[in-house]
Amino acid sequence: MAERYWQEEIETASREQIRQWQSERLVKTVKHVYDNVELYRKRMDEAGVKPEDIKSVDDLSKLPFTYKQDLRDAYPYGLFAVPQKDVVRLHASSGTTGKQIVVGYTKNDLDVWDDIAARQLYAVGADENDYIHVSYGYGLFTGGFGLHGGAGKIGATAIPVSSGNTERQVTILEDFGSTVLCCTPSYAMYIGETVRKRGIDPKKLPLKAGIFGAEPWTEGMRRQIEELLDIKAYDVYGLTEIMGPCVSYECSEQTGMHVNEDHFIIETINPETGEVLPYGEVGELVFTCITKECCPFIRYRTRDIGIITADKCSCGRTFVKMSKPMGRSDDMMIIRGVNVFPSQIETVLIKMGYSANYKIYVDRVNNTDTLEVHVEMNEDMFSDTVADIKANEAKLEAELRSLLGIGADVKLVAPGSIERSMGKAVRVVDKRKLIGG
Amino acid sequence: MSIRQISVFVENKKGSLVRITDTLAKESVDLRAMSIADTQDFGILRLIVSDTDKAIDVLKKESCIVTETQVVGVRLRNEPGALATVVKVLNDNDINMEYMYAFNGATPHHAYLVLRVDDNDKVEELLLQNGIKSITEAQVSEI
Repeated sequence: MAERYWQEEIETASREQIRQWQSERLVKTVKHVYDNVELYRKRMDEAGVKPEDIKSVDDLSKLPFTYKQDLRDAYPYGLFAVPQKDVVRLHASSGTTGKQIVVGYTKNDLDVWDDIAARQLYAVGADENDYIHVSYGYGLFTGGFGLHGGAGKIGATAIPVSSGNTERQVTILEDFGSTVLCCTPSYAMYIGETVRKRGIDPKKLPLKAGIFGAEPWTEGMRRQIEELLDIKAYDVYGLTEIMGPCVSYECSEQTGMHVNEDHFIIETINPETGEVLPYGEVGELVFTCITKECCPFIRYRTRDIGIITADKCSCGRTFVKMSKPMGRSDDMMIIRGVNVFPSQIETVLIKMGYSANYKIYVDRVNNTDTLEVHVEMNEDMFSDTVADIKANEAKLEAELRSLLGIGADVKLVAPGSIERSMGKAVRVVDKRKLIGG
Repeated sequence: MSIRQISVFVENKKGSLVRITDTLAKESVDLRAMSIADTQDFGILRLIVSDTDKAIDVLKKESCIVTETQVVGVRLRNEPGALATVVKVLNDNDINMEYMYAFNGATPHHAYLVLRVDDNDKVEELLLQNGIKSITEAQVSEI
Protein backbone atom coordinates (compact mmCIF):
# COMPACT_ATOMS: atom_id res chain seq x y z
CA MET A 1 0.00 0.00 0.00
CA ALA A 2 1.37 3.38 -0.95
CA GLU A 3 2.29 5.61 1.97
CA ARG A 4 -0.23 8.37 2.55
CA TYR A 5 0.44 11.66 4.27
CA TRP A 6 -1.97 14.13 5.76
CA GLN A 7 0.29 17.07 4.84
CA GLU A 8 2.76 15.62 2.37
CA GLU A 9 4.56 18.87 1.51
CA ILE A 10 5.34 19.38 5.20
CA GLU A 11 5.91 15.82 6.35
CA THR A 12 8.37 15.11 3.52
CA ALA A 13 9.93 18.57 3.28
CA SER A 14 13.70 18.88 2.81
CA ARG A 15 15.81 19.24 5.94
CA GLU A 16 16.81 22.74 4.81
CA GLN A 17 13.17 23.70 4.51
CA ILE A 18 12.40 22.35 7.99
CA ARG A 19 15.35 24.25 9.40
CA GLN A 20 14.19 27.42 7.79
CA TRP A 21 10.70 27.03 9.23
CA GLN A 22 12.14 26.32 12.63
CA SER A 23 14.39 29.37 12.59
CA GLU A 24 11.66 31.76 11.46
CA ARG A 25 9.15 30.39 13.94
CA LEU A 26 11.57 30.26 16.86
CA VAL A 27 12.50 33.92 16.39
CA LYS A 28 8.84 34.90 16.33
CA THR A 29 7.92 32.74 19.34
CA VAL A 30 10.77 34.00 21.51
CA LYS A 31 9.67 37.58 20.87
CA HIS A 32 6.07 36.58 21.64
CA VAL A 33 6.89 35.07 25.04
CA TYR A 34 9.34 37.82 25.94
CA ASP A 35 6.70 40.44 25.28
CA ASN A 36 3.82 38.63 26.94
CA VAL A 37 5.04 36.35 29.74
CA GLU A 38 6.72 37.82 32.78
CA LEU A 39 8.63 34.65 33.67
CA TYR A 40 10.29 34.43 30.24
CA ARG A 41 11.22 38.13 30.30
CA LYS A 42 12.75 37.70 33.75
CA ARG A 43 14.61 34.47 32.91
CA MET A 44 16.00 35.83 29.66
CA ASP A 45 17.06 39.09 31.26
CA GLU A 46 18.81 37.15 34.02
CA ALA A 47 20.59 35.03 31.40
CA GLY A 48 21.51 38.16 29.45
CA VAL A 49 19.64 37.05 26.32
CA LYS A 50 17.49 39.45 24.30
CA PRO A 51 14.96 38.30 21.71
CA GLU A 52 17.19 39.92 19.04
CA ASP A 53 19.99 37.51 19.98
CA ILE A 54 17.92 34.61 18.69
CA LYS A 55 18.38 34.60 14.93
CA SER A 56 18.08 30.91 14.06
CA VAL A 57 17.80 27.43 15.58
CA ASP A 58 21.54 27.59 16.24
CA ASP A 59 20.81 30.08 19.01
CA LEU A 60 18.32 27.82 20.79
CA SER A 61 20.80 26.68 23.43
CA LYS A 62 21.21 30.30 24.59
CA LEU A 63 17.68 30.20 25.97
CA PRO A 64 16.93 29.12 29.55
CA PHE A 65 15.00 25.91 30.26
CA THR A 66 11.38 25.74 31.38
CA TYR A 67 10.60 23.27 34.16
CA LYS A 68 7.44 21.58 35.33
CA GLN A 69 7.84 23.47 38.60
CA ASP A 70 7.51 26.74 36.64
CA LEU A 71 4.08 25.59 35.47
CA ARG A 72 3.10 24.71 39.02
CA ASP A 73 4.32 28.06 40.33
CA ALA A 74 2.39 29.85 37.62
CA TYR A 75 -0.81 27.92 38.38
CA PRO A 76 -3.25 28.40 36.81
CA TYR A 77 -2.73 31.04 34.08
CA GLY A 78 0.63 32.64 34.86
CA LEU A 79 2.39 31.43 31.70
CA PHE A 80 -0.39 32.17 29.22
CA ALA A 81 0.91 34.41 26.44
CA VAL A 82 -2.47 35.53 25.12
CA PRO A 83 -5.45 37.28 26.73
CA GLN A 84 -8.30 35.15 28.04
CA LYS A 85 -10.60 36.19 25.19
CA ASP A 86 -8.35 34.26 22.79
CA VAL A 87 -8.27 31.08 24.90
CA VAL A 88 -10.87 28.59 23.69
CA ARG A 89 -9.90 25.48 25.69
CA LEU A 90 -8.17 24.48 28.91
CA HIS A 91 -6.57 21.17 29.76
CA ALA A 92 -4.74 20.08 32.88
CA SER A 93 -2.46 17.28 33.96
CA SER A 94 -3.75 14.76 36.43
CA GLY A 95 -1.64 16.22 39.19
CA THR A 96 -0.61 12.79 40.42
CA THR A 97 2.98 13.89 40.97
CA GLY A 98 2.19 17.23 42.54
CA LYS A 99 0.06 20.30 41.99
CA GLN A 100 -1.98 20.33 38.78
CA ILE A 101 -0.62 22.17 35.81
CA VAL A 102 -2.95 24.01 33.46
CA VAL A 103 -2.50 24.76 29.77
CA GLY A 104 -4.60 26.84 27.40
CA TYR A 105 -5.23 26.67 23.66
CA THR A 106 -6.24 29.28 21.13
CA LYS A 107 -8.34 28.36 18.10
CA ASN A 108 -5.19 28.12 16.07
CA ASP A 109 -3.49 25.93 18.71
CA LEU A 110 -6.38 23.47 18.51
CA ASP A 111 -6.18 23.50 14.74
CA VAL A 112 -2.48 22.60 14.90
CA TRP A 113 -3.27 19.84 17.39
CA ASP A 114 -5.95 18.41 15.08
CA ASP A 115 -3.46 18.48 12.21
CA ILE A 116 -0.75 16.58 14.06
CA ALA A 117 -3.30 14.02 15.25
CA ALA A 118 -4.48 13.73 11.64
CA ARG A 119 -0.88 13.04 10.58
CA GLN A 120 -0.74 10.22 13.13
CA LEU A 121 -3.99 8.70 11.88
CA TYR A 122 -2.88 8.84 8.24
CA ALA A 123 0.48 7.31 9.23
CA VAL A 124 -1.29 4.22 10.61
CA GLY A 125 -3.33 3.91 7.43
CA ALA A 126 -6.57 5.54 8.58
CA ASP A 127 -8.71 7.93 6.53
CA GLU A 128 -12.33 9.01 6.19
CA ASN A 129 -13.42 5.38 5.86
CA ASP A 130 -12.35 4.51 9.40
CA TYR A 131 -13.98 4.30 12.79
CA ILE A 132 -11.67 5.78 15.41
CA HIS A 133 -12.40 4.26 18.82
CA VAL A 134 -10.98 6.62 21.45
CA SER A 135 -10.60 4.99 24.87
CA TYR A 136 -8.33 7.64 26.30
CA GLY A 137 -10.10 9.57 29.00
CA TYR A 138 -12.04 12.63 27.88
CA GLY A 139 -11.88 15.57 30.19
CA LEU A 140 -9.09 17.74 31.44
CA PHE A 141 -6.64 14.98 30.40
CA THR A 142 -5.50 15.64 26.82
CA GLY A 143 -5.66 12.00 25.72
CA GLY A 144 -9.26 11.76 24.54
CA PHE A 145 -9.63 15.09 22.75
CA GLY A 146 -6.33 14.76 20.88
CA LEU A 147 -7.15 11.77 18.69
CA HIS A 148 -10.80 12.83 18.63
CA GLY A 149 -9.81 16.10 16.98
CA GLY A 150 -7.62 14.26 14.49
CA ALA A 151 -10.46 11.94 13.54
CA GLY A 152 -12.68 14.94 12.85
CA LYS A 153 -9.95 16.56 10.78
CA ILE A 154 -9.56 13.59 8.43
CA GLY A 155 -13.31 13.00 8.24
CA ALA A 156 -13.22 9.62 9.98
CA THR A 157 -15.97 8.55 12.36
CA ALA A 158 -14.90 9.26 15.92
CA ILE A 159 -16.28 6.99 18.64
CA PRO A 160 -15.65 8.88 21.90
CA VAL A 161 -15.95 5.92 24.26
CA SER A 162 -13.53 7.39 26.81
CA SER A 163 -11.90 5.02 29.31
CA GLY A 164 -13.57 2.53 31.60
CA ASN A 165 -16.33 -0.09 31.36
CA THR A 166 -14.21 -2.62 29.53
CA GLU A 167 -17.08 -4.97 28.70
CA ARG A 168 -18.78 -2.13 26.87
CA GLN A 169 -15.53 -1.26 25.08
CA VAL A 170 -15.51 -4.77 23.64
CA THR A 171 -19.19 -4.65 22.69
CA ILE A 172 -18.52 -1.40 20.84
CA LEU A 173 -15.47 -2.88 19.09
CA GLU A 174 -17.72 -5.65 17.84
CA ASP A 175 -20.97 -3.81 17.13
CA PHE A 176 -19.73 -0.41 15.92
CA GLY A 177 -16.92 -1.94 13.88
CA SER A 178 -14.05 0.14 15.30
CA THR A 179 -11.02 0.00 12.99
CA VAL A 180 -8.49 2.01 15.01
CA LEU A 181 -8.22 1.80 18.80
CA CYS A 182 -6.62 4.64 20.76
CA CYS A 183 -5.75 4.16 24.44
CA THR A 184 -2.88 3.51 26.83
CA PRO A 185 -0.93 0.31 26.08
CA SER A 186 -1.86 -1.20 29.43
CA TYR A 187 -5.53 -0.62 28.69
CA ALA A 188 -5.09 -2.14 25.22
CA MET A 189 -3.78 -5.28 26.94
CA TYR A 190 -6.81 -5.35 29.20
CA ILE A 191 -9.22 -4.85 26.31
CA GLY A 192 -7.37 -7.58 24.39
CA GLU A 193 -7.65 -9.99 27.31
CA THR A 194 -11.36 -9.19 27.61
CA VAL A 195 -11.89 -9.84 23.89
CA ARG A 196 -10.24 -13.24 24.30
CA LYS A 197 -12.14 -14.01 27.48
CA ARG A 198 -15.41 -13.35 25.74
CA GLY A 199 -14.38 -15.94 23.16
CA ILE A 200 -14.26 -13.40 20.33
CA ASP A 201 -11.85 -14.22 17.52
CA PRO A 202 -9.87 -10.99 17.01
CA LYS A 203 -9.36 -11.93 13.36
CA LYS A 204 -13.08 -11.47 12.86
CA LEU A 205 -13.05 -7.93 14.28
CA PRO A 206 -12.57 -5.09 11.75
CA LEU A 207 -9.95 -3.57 14.09
CA LYS A 208 -6.67 -3.13 12.19
CA ALA A 209 -4.51 -0.70 14.13
CA GLY A 210 -3.98 0.79 17.55
CA ILE A 211 -2.44 4.09 18.62
CA PHE A 212 -1.06 3.63 22.10
CA GLY A 213 0.78 6.06 24.31
CA ALA A 214 0.75 8.22 27.43
CA GLU A 215 2.84 5.75 29.42
CA PRO A 216 6.10 3.91 28.89
CA TRP A 217 5.87 0.49 27.26
CA THR A 218 8.27 -1.96 25.68
CA GLU A 219 8.65 -3.64 22.29
CA GLY A 220 7.69 -6.92 23.97
CA MET A 221 4.43 -5.45 25.14
CA ARG A 222 3.81 -4.17 21.63
CA ARG A 223 4.09 -7.72 20.30
CA GLN A 224 1.76 -9.05 22.99
CA ILE A 225 -0.88 -6.46 22.11
CA GLU A 226 -0.48 -7.06 18.37
CA GLU A 227 -1.05 -10.76 18.92
CA LEU A 228 -3.92 -10.40 21.39
CA LEU A 229 -5.91 -8.09 19.13
CA ASP A 230 -4.47 -9.12 15.74
CA ILE A 231 -3.57 -5.53 14.85
CA LYS A 232 -0.55 -3.35 14.21
CA ALA A 233 0.24 -1.39 17.35
CA TYR A 234 1.72 2.10 16.91
CA ASP A 235 3.39 4.28 19.44
CA VAL A 236 2.42 7.90 19.96
CA TYR A 237 4.06 10.48 22.16
CA GLY A 238 2.85 13.66 23.69
CA LEU A 239 2.49 15.58 26.86
CA THR A 240 0.02 18.11 28.13
CA GLU A 241 2.67 20.78 28.54
CA ILE A 242 3.61 20.69 24.86
CA MET A 243 0.22 19.90 23.28
CA GLY A 244 -1.13 16.49 24.25
CA PRO A 245 -0.85 13.26 22.23
CA CYS A 246 0.77 13.32 18.77
CA VAL A 247 3.70 15.64 19.46
CA SER A 248 5.48 12.79 17.73
CA TYR A 249 3.96 9.91 15.83
CA GLU A 250 4.93 6.51 14.57
CA CYS A 251 4.78 5.43 10.92
CA SER A 252 4.63 2.04 9.17
CA GLU A 253 8.32 1.39 9.89
CA GLN A 254 7.59 1.21 13.64
CA THR A 255 11.10 2.20 14.63
CA GLY A 256 10.47 5.39 16.55
CA MET A 257 8.23 8.41 16.37
CA HIS A 258 8.58 11.30 13.93
CA VAL A 259 8.63 14.60 15.77
CA ASN A 260 6.37 17.24 14.24
CA GLU A 261 9.33 19.50 13.71
CA ASP A 262 7.38 22.24 11.98
CA HIS A 263 5.69 22.85 15.34
CA PHE A 264 8.20 21.64 17.92
CA ILE A 265 11.98 21.60 18.16
CA ILE A 266 13.34 18.58 19.98
CA GLU A 267 16.69 18.37 21.75
CA THR A 268 18.33 15.78 23.98
CA ILE A 269 20.36 17.09 26.86
CA ASN A 270 22.45 15.76 29.68
CA PRO A 271 19.99 16.07 32.57
CA GLU A 272 22.77 16.84 35.05
CA THR A 273 24.60 19.57 33.16
CA GLY A 274 21.99 20.79 30.68
CA GLU A 275 24.50 20.34 27.87
CA VAL A 276 22.96 19.60 24.44
CA LEU A 277 23.78 16.12 23.16
CA PRO A 278 24.29 15.04 19.57
CA TYR A 279 21.67 12.88 17.85
CA GLY A 280 22.03 9.21 18.78
CA GLU A 281 22.93 9.81 22.41
CA VAL A 282 20.64 9.00 25.31
CA GLY A 283 19.44 12.03 27.19
CA GLU A 284 16.49 13.95 28.53
CA LEU A 285 14.08 15.07 25.84
CA VAL A 286 13.51 18.82 25.67
CA PHE A 287 10.85 20.48 23.50
CA THR A 288 10.38 24.01 22.29
CA CYS A 289 6.99 25.01 20.87
CA ILE A 290 7.38 27.28 17.86
CA THR A 291 3.85 27.74 16.58
CA LYS A 292 1.77 27.72 19.72
CA GLU A 293 0.08 30.94 20.77
CA CYS A 294 -1.23 30.39 24.30
CA CYS A 295 1.44 28.21 25.95
CA PRO A 296 4.54 28.16 23.75
CA PHE A 297 6.97 26.75 26.29
CA ILE A 298 10.61 27.18 25.46
CA ARG A 299 13.07 24.33 26.06
CA TYR A 300 10.65 22.44 28.26
CA ARG A 301 12.32 19.70 30.30
CA THR A 302 10.11 16.62 29.87
CA ARG A 303 12.03 14.35 32.30
CA ASP A 304 11.59 11.65 29.62
CA ILE A 305 14.76 9.82 28.68
CA GLY A 306 15.19 8.97 24.99
CA ILE A 307 17.28 9.16 21.81
CA ILE A 308 16.82 11.22 18.64
CA THR A 309 17.75 9.68 15.29
CA ALA A 310 17.91 11.39 11.92
CA ASP A 311 18.22 8.28 9.74
CA LYS A 312 16.28 8.21 6.48
CA CYS A 313 12.92 6.56 7.08
CA SER A 314 11.32 4.14 4.65
CA CYS A 315 8.00 5.95 5.01
CA GLY A 316 9.41 9.02 3.29
CA ARG A 317 8.85 11.39 6.18
CA THR A 318 11.82 13.64 6.85
CA PHE A 319 11.13 14.63 10.45
CA VAL A 320 13.68 13.24 12.92
CA LYS A 321 12.55 10.35 15.05
CA MET A 322 12.63 9.92 18.80
CA SER A 323 12.83 6.53 20.47
CA LYS A 324 10.16 5.27 22.74
CA PRO A 325 11.05 6.97 26.04
CA MET A 326 13.08 4.50 28.07
CA GLY A 327 11.53 5.84 31.19
CA ARG A 328 10.93 9.11 32.92
CA SER A 329 13.55 10.42 35.20
CA ASP A 330 10.48 10.77 37.50
CA ASP A 331 9.80 7.01 37.22
CA MET A 332 13.34 6.10 38.01
CA MET A 333 13.67 4.29 41.29
CA ILE A 334 16.89 4.41 43.22
CA ILE A 335 17.17 1.07 44.99
CA ARG A 336 20.23 0.37 47.07
CA GLY A 337 21.91 3.16 45.13
CA VAL A 338 21.15 1.63 41.73
CA ASN A 339 18.95 3.36 39.13
CA VAL A 340 16.07 1.12 38.10
CA PHE A 341 13.35 1.84 35.53
CA PRO A 342 10.12 -0.18 35.47
CA SER A 343 10.62 -0.63 31.72
CA GLN A 344 13.81 -2.63 32.38
CA ILE A 345 11.85 -5.04 34.53
CA GLU A 346 9.13 -5.29 31.89
CA THR A 347 11.71 -6.14 29.23
CA VAL A 348 13.00 -9.04 31.31
CA LEU A 349 9.52 -10.35 32.10
CA ILE A 350 8.49 -10.45 28.46
CA LYS A 351 11.79 -11.97 27.36
CA MET A 352 11.30 -14.74 29.91
CA GLY A 353 7.78 -15.51 28.78
CA TYR A 354 5.72 -13.70 31.41
CA SER A 355 2.93 -11.22 30.82
CA ALA A 356 3.39 -7.47 30.88
CA ASN A 357 1.01 -7.23 33.81
CA TYR A 358 3.23 -6.75 36.81
CA LYS A 359 3.65 -4.64 39.88
CA ILE A 360 6.79 -3.50 41.61
CA TYR A 361 6.94 -3.05 45.36
CA VAL A 362 9.81 -1.16 46.89
CA ASP A 363 10.23 -1.05 50.64
CA ARG A 364 12.85 -0.53 53.27
CA VAL A 365 13.46 -3.24 55.84
CA ASN A 366 16.18 -2.80 58.47
CA ASN A 367 17.55 0.16 56.53
CA THR A 368 17.95 -1.88 53.35
CA ASP A 369 15.86 -1.31 50.25
CA THR A 370 13.87 -4.30 49.06
CA LEU A 371 12.52 -4.88 45.57
CA GLU A 372 9.67 -7.29 45.00
CA VAL A 373 8.12 -7.95 41.61
CA HIS A 374 4.66 -9.48 41.41
CA VAL A 375 4.19 -11.41 38.20
CA GLU A 376 1.17 -13.28 36.95
CA MET A 377 1.61 -17.04 36.59
CA ASN A 378 0.82 -18.38 33.14
CA GLU A 379 0.41 -21.81 31.62
CA ASP A 380 3.90 -22.00 30.13
CA MET A 381 5.54 -21.33 33.47
CA PHE A 382 3.29 -23.58 35.50
CA SER A 383 4.04 -27.18 36.39
CA ASP A 384 2.69 -29.84 38.73
CA THR A 385 5.93 -29.83 40.71
CA VAL A 386 7.19 -27.15 43.05
CA ALA A 387 10.75 -27.77 41.88
CA ASP A 388 9.95 -26.81 38.26
CA ILE A 389 8.14 -23.64 39.25
CA LYS A 390 10.90 -22.65 41.64
CA ALA A 391 13.45 -23.26 38.88
CA ASN A 392 11.55 -20.91 36.54
CA GLU A 393 11.31 -18.35 39.30
CA ALA A 394 15.05 -18.62 40.00
CA LYS A 395 15.81 -18.15 36.29
CA LEU A 396 13.71 -14.99 36.26
CA GLU A 397 15.39 -13.69 39.39
CA ALA A 398 18.82 -14.36 37.94
CA GLU A 399 17.91 -12.53 34.73
CA LEU A 400 16.58 -9.54 36.71
CA ARG A 401 19.70 -9.46 38.81
CA SER A 402 21.96 -9.51 35.79
CA LEU A 403 20.07 -6.71 34.02
CA LEU A 404 19.35 -4.46 36.99
CA GLY A 405 22.50 -5.07 38.94
CA ILE A 406 20.53 -5.70 42.11
CA GLY A 407 18.47 -8.61 43.35
CA ALA A 408 14.69 -8.73 43.14
CA ASP A 409 12.26 -11.12 44.79
CA VAL A 410 9.74 -12.54 42.39
CA LYS A 411 6.28 -13.40 43.66
CA LEU A 412 4.03 -15.39 41.36
CA VAL A 413 0.38 -14.40 41.64
CA ALA A 414 -2.84 -15.65 40.07
CA PRO A 415 -3.65 -14.61 36.51
CA GLY A 416 -5.83 -11.54 36.39
CA SER A 417 -5.06 -10.66 40.00
CA ILE A 418 -2.95 -7.63 39.23
CA GLU A 419 -5.40 -4.78 38.74
CA ARG A 420 -5.88 -3.72 35.13
CA SER A 421 -5.55 -0.07 34.35
CA MET A 422 -7.99 1.86 32.22
CA GLY A 423 -5.61 4.78 31.93
CA LYS A 424 -2.00 5.08 32.95
CA ALA A 425 -0.98 1.92 34.76
CA VAL A 426 0.48 2.29 38.23
CA ARG A 427 3.45 -0.08 38.13
CA VAL A 428 5.32 0.91 41.24
CA VAL A 429 4.35 1.01 44.88
CA ASP A 430 7.17 2.66 46.77
CA LYS A 431 6.43 2.15 50.43
CA ARG A 432 9.59 3.99 51.40
CA LYS A 433 7.88 7.23 50.44
CA LEU A 434 5.07 6.54 52.88
CA ILE A 435 7.49 6.43 55.78
CA GLY A 436 8.61 9.85 56.88
CA GLY A 437 7.90 11.32 53.40
CA MET B 1 -1.50 -47.25 31.71
CA SER B 2 -1.19 -44.09 33.79
CA ILE B 3 -4.02 -41.94 35.03
CA ARG B 4 -4.74 -38.26 34.41
CA GLN B 5 -4.05 -35.73 37.12
CA ILE B 6 -4.75 -32.02 36.89
CA SER B 7 -2.76 -29.41 38.79
CA VAL B 8 -4.08 -25.95 39.49
CA PHE B 9 -2.10 -22.89 40.50
CA VAL B 10 -3.32 -21.48 43.82
CA GLU B 11 -2.11 -18.08 44.88
CA ASN B 12 -1.46 -17.86 48.60
CA LYS B 13 -4.35 -15.49 49.20
CA LYS B 14 -7.75 -15.69 50.86
CA GLY B 15 -10.41 -16.97 48.52
CA SER B 16 -8.11 -18.62 45.95
CA LEU B 17 -9.00 -22.18 46.83
CA VAL B 18 -12.70 -21.51 47.23
CA ARG B 19 -12.88 -20.21 43.67
CA ILE B 20 -11.53 -23.49 42.38
CA THR B 21 -13.60 -25.83 44.54
CA ASP B 22 -16.78 -23.81 43.93
CA THR B 23 -16.25 -23.97 40.19
CA LEU B 24 -15.86 -27.75 40.28
CA ALA B 25 -18.83 -28.15 42.61
CA LYS B 26 -21.09 -26.06 40.37
CA GLU B 27 -20.19 -28.22 37.40
CA SER B 28 -20.71 -31.43 39.41
CA VAL B 29 -17.13 -32.58 38.99
CA ASP B 30 -16.46 -35.31 41.55
CA LEU B 31 -13.08 -35.34 43.28
CA ARG B 32 -11.49 -38.79 43.63
CA ALA B 33 -8.30 -37.63 45.26
CA MET B 34 -6.45 -34.47 46.03
CA SER B 35 -3.29 -33.10 47.54
CA ILE B 36 -1.78 -29.66 47.94
CA ALA B 37 1.85 -28.73 47.66
CA ASP B 38 2.44 -25.47 49.36
CA THR B 39 5.25 -22.96 49.41
CA GLN B 40 5.40 -19.60 51.09
CA ASP B 41 3.97 -17.81 48.06
CA PHE B 42 1.76 -20.26 46.26
CA GLY B 43 0.29 -23.74 46.24
CA ILE B 44 -0.31 -26.42 43.67
CA LEU B 45 -3.62 -28.20 44.00
CA ARG B 46 -3.41 -31.67 42.46
CA LEU B 47 -6.60 -33.50 41.66
CA ILE B 48 -7.82 -36.79 40.30
CA VAL B 49 -11.39 -36.17 39.15
CA SER B 50 -14.33 -37.99 37.64
CA ASP B 51 -14.27 -35.97 34.40
CA THR B 52 -10.82 -34.56 33.66
CA ASP B 53 -11.69 -32.84 30.37
CA LYS B 54 -14.66 -31.08 31.88
CA ALA B 55 -12.67 -30.01 34.95
CA ILE B 56 -9.91 -28.49 32.79
CA ASP B 57 -12.46 -26.74 30.63
CA VAL B 58 -14.42 -25.12 33.45
CA LEU B 59 -11.31 -24.11 35.38
CA LYS B 60 -9.76 -22.47 32.33
CA LYS B 61 -12.97 -20.55 31.77
CA GLU B 62 -12.46 -19.18 35.29
CA SER B 63 -8.97 -18.07 34.20
CA CYS B 64 -7.28 -20.68 36.39
CA ILE B 65 -3.86 -21.93 35.37
CA VAL B 66 -4.20 -25.68 34.85
CA THR B 67 -1.81 -28.34 33.68
CA GLU B 68 -2.37 -32.04 33.08
CA THR B 69 0.11 -34.74 34.07
CA GLN B 70 0.11 -38.51 33.61
CA VAL B 71 0.70 -40.18 36.98
CA VAL B 72 0.76 -43.76 38.21
CA GLY B 73 -2.28 -44.92 40.20
CA VAL B 74 -1.79 -48.01 42.35
CA ARG B 75 -4.36 -50.12 44.16
CA LEU B 76 -3.25 -51.62 47.48
CA ARG B 77 -4.85 -53.79 50.12
CA ASN B 78 -5.84 -51.51 52.98
CA GLU B 79 -3.54 -53.11 55.58
CA PRO B 80 -0.31 -52.35 57.47
CA GLY B 81 2.82 -52.69 55.34
CA ALA B 82 1.13 -52.12 51.98
CA LEU B 83 2.73 -48.70 51.42
CA ALA B 84 6.07 -50.00 52.70
CA THR B 85 6.12 -52.60 49.92
CA VAL B 86 5.66 -50.00 47.21
CA VAL B 87 8.25 -47.64 48.61
CA LYS B 88 10.72 -50.50 48.96
CA VAL B 89 10.31 -51.50 45.32
CA LEU B 90 10.95 -47.93 44.21
CA ASN B 91 13.92 -47.56 46.52
CA ASP B 92 15.51 -50.85 45.50
CA ASN B 93 15.29 -49.84 41.87
CA ASP B 94 16.59 -46.29 42.39
CA ILE B 95 13.37 -44.69 41.23
CA ASN B 96 13.21 -41.01 42.07
CA MET B 97 9.76 -39.87 43.16
CA GLU B 98 8.63 -36.25 42.86
CA TYR B 99 5.64 -36.67 45.15
CA MET B 100 2.92 -39.10 46.17
CA TYR B 101 -0.40 -39.09 47.94
CA ALA B 102 -2.92 -41.69 49.03
CA PHE B 103 -6.67 -41.99 49.22
CA ASN B 104 -9.31 -44.53 50.20
CA GLY B 105 -11.67 -46.13 47.76
CA ALA B 106 -15.40 -46.74 48.15
CA THR B 107 -14.77 -50.10 49.80
CA PRO B 108 -12.83 -50.43 53.06
CA HIS B 109 -10.57 -53.16 51.64
CA HIS B 110 -8.59 -51.03 49.25
CA ALA B 111 -6.47 -47.92 49.36
CA TYR B 112 -4.99 -46.09 46.39
CA LEU B 113 -1.70 -44.36 45.79
CA VAL B 114 -0.82 -41.68 43.26
CA LEU B 115 2.85 -41.60 42.29
CA ARG B 116 4.59 -38.91 40.28
CA VAL B 117 7.72 -40.41 38.69
CA ASP B 118 9.68 -39.83 35.51
CA ASP B 119 8.96 -43.10 33.75
CA ASN B 120 5.43 -44.32 34.42
CA ASP B 121 5.68 -47.49 32.32
CA LYS B 122 8.86 -48.63 34.01
CA VAL B 123 7.41 -48.11 37.51
CA GLU B 124 4.19 -49.89 36.64
CA GLU B 125 6.18 -52.81 35.30
CA LEU B 126 8.38 -52.99 38.42
CA LEU B 127 5.37 -52.88 40.71
CA LEU B 128 3.57 -55.55 38.71
CA GLN B 129 6.61 -57.82 39.07
CA ASN B 130 6.06 -57.45 42.82
CA GLY B 131 2.39 -58.23 42.58
CA ILE B 132 1.14 -54.66 42.82
CA LYS B 133 -1.42 -53.63 40.23
CA SER B 134 -1.74 -50.18 38.72
CA ILE B 135 -5.09 -48.80 37.72
CA THR B 136 -6.17 -47.39 34.39
CA GLU B 137 -7.96 -44.14 33.64
CA ALA B 138 -11.16 -46.12 33.06
CA GLN B 139 -10.88 -47.62 36.54
CA VAL B 140 -10.65 -44.18 38.15
CA SER B 141 -14.35 -43.59 37.63
CA GLU B 142 -15.15 -46.88 39.35
CA ILE B 143 -13.30 -45.97 42.52
